Amino acid sequence: MKPSIITFRNVTKNYTLSRELGGGLKNFLFRLPRSVKEIRASGYCALKDVSFEVRSGETLGIIGRNGAGKSTLLGLVAGVLHPSAGEVEVNGKVTPLLELGGGFHPDLTGMDNIMLNGVLLGLNRKDVARKMEEIIKFAGLGDYIGQPIRTYSGGMLARLGFSVAAHLDPEILLVDEVLAVGDADFRKKCLDKIMGFKRAGVTIVFISHSMEDVIRICDRVIWIEERGVKMAGDAASVTGAYLGGG
Amino acid sequence: MNNRNTLRHYADLVIVLFVKEMRVRYKSTALGYWWSILHPLAFVLVFFIAFRVVMRIQMEAYPLFLIVGLFPWQWFANSVGASPLIFLGNASVIKKVKFPRNIMPLAVVLQDMVHFLLSLPVIAGVMFWYGKSPFLSWLYGIPVLLAAQFFITYGIALVVSSLNLFFRDLERLTTIAVTLLFYLTPVVYSEAMVPEQYRSLIYLNPLAPLMISWRTLLLNGVLDPRLLAASMAYSLLFFALGTAVYGRLSWKFGEVV
Repeated sequence: MKPSIITFRNVTKNYTLSRELGGGLKNFLFRLPRSVKEIRASGYCALKDVSFEVRSGETLGIIGRNGAGKSTLLGLVAGVLHPSAGEVEVNGKVTPLLELGGGFHPDLTGMDNIMLNGVLLGLNRKDVARKMEEIIKFAGLGDYIGQPIRTYSGGMLARLGFSVAAHLDPEILLVDEVLAVGDADFRKKCLDKIMGFKRAGVTIVFISHSMEDVIRICDRVIWIEERGVKMAGDAASVTGAYLGGG
Repeated sequence: MNNRNTLRHYADLVIVLFVKEMRVRYKSTALGYWWSILHPLAFVLVFFIAFRVVMRIQMEAYPLFLIVGLFPWQWFANSVGASPLIFLGNASVIKKVKFPRNIMPLAVVLQDMVHFLLSLPVIAGVMFWYGKSPFLSWLYGIPVLLAAQFFITYGIALVVSSLNLFFRDLERLTTIAVTLLFYLTPVVYSEAMVPEQYRSLIYLNPLAPLMISWRTLLLNGVLDPRLLAASMAYSLLFFALGTAVYGRLSWKFGEVV
């Protein structure tokens, strides 16, 4: 059996609602110990006691209703969130596919943004420069690549974002609903690229509401509902149960 | 990733974020980088009119006095003023990508430092105008004060940018605090003009020793060792505080932005 790349052991994630200071800053400071206790208790639970493994080269789909905790799960894998209880173990370089505009600066040109994002996502400047041409070609934005990206449409931004992430040599790729945007042509290009990664042995975590995409891409699927794993198994049976059970 | 590669990547992050700040700052303005000189010069004009023309402050070469104080102050005020939004304004990246986030305030402070450095020739030019010339002591004095100001500014920027994610009131408070601090620091007036009974209180202001040092160094070519020591002490204190606050809070950034 291949080694486990991502391991969740009884992971619970509570969010503390730090912004809701009941009586404002003054009351908060005057009754500090009690306030801190209240805030600790007032948190809500996004994931509860979740355990699963993703093995090397596997493509795991994550499905579930809006607000079920899918993105929290992805944040935990990316290391931007920390579990409140339990353990998350990730072995390898994680490359998140940035959603629309994430990490992009509107006043910079497409090319500047490729450099900025490439380095933020873990490459050295030299490596991004080396891949620049390839990324530009894949994005297929023509002369727009030299324009500030505030002039881009949503679909064009998605193209740029996917193109950067797709050329980073990911070990673990996180895909969160980004395919929903681009046009049919680019969607196909993305799916092909993802299938290419899959064949190359990249471990992929794929979040989508498109069961068609999930069945096509994923080896295994986890259905998240009410903060926990409702069902895990092969893509066809889990998506079947999900659609059937609504 | 081995250590050397990590360091290389860290440096590259600083460079791209620095370049981004430089490009974005004056994007689409006709005068571009000249604004980093024109902005403090405009303040010189404002305070000259208010304090010299109207209130008749008694001081030789008051415009020069204002310039050597306002240029370094602008660096501090710009960096700290931008701090509340450093993390908040980059929520989409912070939520998705894991990277050392303290590089973001670092890039902002470095960028303002470079703008200050670019304004030094202007200071030298105005000195020539008043029949003075630059001092040899600038060669060691400027790097020392640059370092002191860098660490205190970066420290405060780390505190403000981190805490503002948890207490958004800080954004308003920062604007007020920077203005208040400006009038409590001998920048547009000299420490000798402060009434005697309050004079020792000036040194409770962490920016005062530094700003007085800039002025004596640039105007007279001298650094007072006690003021310098106080500047360094405040600098290290705030750098340590900033690092500690960031260290305590940074793991939570992803869920509060």
